[in-house]
Amino acid sequence: MNLTLRIWRQQGPDTDGTMTTYEVADISPDMSFLEMLDTLNEELILRGEEPVAFDHDCREGICGACGMVINGQAHGPERTTTCQLHMRHFSDGDTIDIEPWRAAAFPVVKDLVVDRSAFDRIIGSGGYVTAPTGSAPEAHATPVPKAAADTAFEHAECIGCGACVAACPNGSAMLFTSAKIVHLNSLPQGGPERESRVLDMVATMDDEGFGGCTVTGECATACPKGIPLSSISTMNREYLRALRKGA
Amino acid sequence: MALATRPRTTTRTDRRPAGTAARLWRSTIGKKTVMAVSGAIMLLYLIAHMIGNLKVFFGPDDMNGYAHWLRTLGEPVLHHEWFLWILRVVLLAAVLAHGLAAWQLSRLDIAARPVKYAHRGRRASYATRTMRWGGVILALFIVWHILDLTTGTVNPNGESGHPYENIVATFDTWYGNVIYAVAMIAVGLHVQHGFHSAAQTLGAGSRTRDRALRATGNGLALVLTVGFLSVPFGVMTGIVK
Repeated sequence: MNLTLRIWRQQGPDTDGTMTTYEVADISPDMSFLEMLDTLNEELILRGEEPVAFDHDCREGICGACGMVINGQAHGPERTTTCQLHMRHFSDGDTIDIEPWRAAAFPVVKDLVVDRSAFDRIIGSGGYVTAPTGSAPEAHATPVPKAAADTAFEHAECIGCGACVAACPNGSAMLFTSAKIVHLNSLPQGGPERESRVLDMVATMDDEGFGGCTVTGECATACPKGIPLSSISTMNREYLRALRKGA
Repeated sequence: MALATRPRTTTRTDRRPAGTAARLWRSTIGKKTVMAVSGAIMLLYLIAHMIGNLKVFFGPDDMNGYAHWLRTLGEPVLHHEWFLWILRVVLLAAVLAHGLAAWQLSRLDIAARPVKYAHRGRRASYATRTMRWGGVILALFIVWHILDLTTGTVNPNGESGHPYENIVATFDTWYGNVIYAVAMIAVGLHVQHGFHSAAQTLGAGSRTRDRALRATGNGLALVLTVGFLSVPFGVMTGIVK
């Protein structure tokens, strides 16, 4: 496959960027999208040019590091992470636009790399269970209803890739924040901090400059882990409940 | 997960003591809650208003009698017209709260996405995309509507106590029909997205209930638009004259 790539190039956080056109040849349909970019970067290095900077780590769809907007869609046309997107979903001669996540809370570091540490600060403000460390407790000590365990597990699947923020026209982190809140607030272990967790995490989310939810549903459509849109409603319910209880 | 280039404390031990109302208004979820509740008040009013409008099909006596009854509602506990004035104050508060929250949230939302994508992907539904401008259109319409049929200032007939004749006079003009039709389509679109959005904000959304909520929103939007538009349609076709 021969492809034309239009990639966002930006030297640093404070410099202006631009879409730059590159041609890549002999791309195998079995390559992953990141391998295709590796091919481009090898050529750029041989030509003495600066390779395209992009985040990646596990390359098996579980770490959430690789994130880029491909043809206007977070992680591209398939509902998966960029590393698990294969070139067979494109055709020979295609022009592909590749841009970084766009959100005020995710400033561009370089090219396609954005700073997602705002997510870390949201998690740091309540996305945990306060418990003494040490050896793991006996698994059956705290009974967890099956339905609660399923809900918690489904929401624990969030890998913090930021596709929800990138896809949202308001750059909102509601889906990300709700995933962690629903995960922990569904479990008995999360009970003691149920109110403070949602109040603090939502306050941090707002402070970081993420937008609000207008229920466009773009986040849940883009989420590679299938976190449902209704999680945001559950978070709203938890938030209003916590506010009523005056935690 | 990401580069830590902006050091910041992550614990929120500095939570300022504030009243529930202040905390509610300060958060995006709280502002959305204000929008959802004020929107629900306006939606309930619209349903009653639309049903009341249908009186026009039973002739001038029914319509004008109904309009007079609205002024006596609540008597003798309430003084003459007090019910209407209480309703007007509640509705005005709802409109102002809804508009202010929408304005502040929109500013936050636009600031949160300062750079647009070069490649425009799929777009949200028409109703979703037109919530802001649709709201502005509705606000302008309400001003015209009150000047037309409440105060009678811009009404071609403008006779106090004769709403039936005033309605017919409005819809005998081409511009009256155009303004009204545009606004009622805007109401339908606004309710279509707004109902589901409000339910989601108030925490009523769930995976099993989402389809029912969307269907209810669509149904309400359709019934309101058709119901309201039936009045100018009636005048245009000569059923109401």
